[in-house]
Amino acid sequence: MTDFSKNMINHIDTSQASRRKFLIGSGAAGLSAAAVALIGGKEALASKYKANEHGDVTILSTALGAEREAIAAYQLGAESGLLSKGVLDVAVAFQGHHKEHADVLAATITSLGGVVPAAPTQYNFPVSQLKKERDVLAFAAGLEQGAVSAYLGAVPLFDNRDLSAAAASILGDEAMHWAVLRQALGLNPVPGAFVS
Amino acid sequence: MYVWTLLSGLFIVPQAFASIGNGAFADGAEVVELDADSYSAGEKLYGRCKGCHAFEYNRVGPKHCGLKGRRAGSLDGYRFSEAMKQSGIVWNVETLDRFLKSPTKVIPRTSMGYGGVKDDAERRLLVAYMLQESTSQERCADE
Ligand code: HEC
Repeated sequence: MTDFSKNMINHIDTSQASRRKFLIGSGAAGLSAAAVALIGGKEALASKYKANEHGDVTILSTALGAEREAIAAYQLGAESGLLSKGVLDVAVAFQGHHKEHADVLAATITSLGGVVPAAPTQYNFPVSQLKKERDVLAFAAGLEQGAVSAYLGAVPLFDNRDLSAAAASILGDEAMHWAVLRQALGLNPVPGAFVS
Repeated sequence: MYVWTLLSGLFIVPQAFASIGNGAFADGAEVVELDADSYSAGEKLYGRCKGCHAFEYNRVGPKHCGLKGRRAGSLDGYRFSEAMKQSGIVWNVETLDRFLKSPTKVIPRTSMGYGGVKDDAERRLLVAYMLQESTSQERCADE
């Protein structure tokens, strides 16, 4: 497993084009250049990286679980018939981001020699409490807030600092989602100078 | 202000910290009902956990209903890490406080990849809130 991940990482060329090829080749097409650069491209990494693979893969796997749940939650919202057109478009766009996060997490787990966990076949959502658009927005806002906190809690734990940077990048995106959803709910979109 | 409330003795920690996992506080230290301010502060802090947890149902993390007095990793229907199952911990004020300060230090190899709640006052409030909620009649009727 260590050799494998080392090789994968060592073989990534630093040029943009070949990074893309690498990730597309491993089944994660469509990642943004920034995400690719964050996760895939650090050559120096392989030699330093050894100590805590288990830990990093575990954290990534848990984060992947949360991203998958968010994707399913947005799907539920989108199919609820409760969202007006404008809100629906935003929800679908946010869901797309979560899909990108999930793809990049899965690709990274694989490139570190880990096994991508199987996705659950069902999720528990408070469906009976979702009766109007506002309920769906509040539900989504809660998930985004939780995701921000979860990534914040993961950032300092990674052994590999490039993964911390990648987690921080995802955190920023989810914080933007959260702010937009709060705005839509008529709440102060940016309630403080820090997230926690 | 909740910190003041805490200091004023709302929160009762009965003895010096026992080492985690020895079962000394298996019945849980006593926590009196939280006042409204502390409750809402605790609820807000619990927002940090809601990326992965709910009280009523399993998500990425296990449900928290029934947590008080439960053996770590023992809940049916949730796939815990071996590390959690074998930790020997029973959840109460002390064990939660220790765990939540630094989950991966207390249980290396736990799948809860979360750095922890480092502020002592915040953590105490969170723990008090969780223990209270985990036995709530409305919320956790099934337990
Ligand atoms: C990134 C997702 C994530 C976040 C955020 C998170 N947890 Fe967890 N939690 C988990 C997972 C996964 C487990 C199962 C751990 C294992 O089996 O090793 C768990 C387990 C637990 C347990 C043990 C439960 C049992 O029945 O034994 C407690 C208590 C707990 N979490 C409390 C919290 C609290 C409080 C917070 C917020 C401060 C929090 N968690 C934040 C994912 C998370």
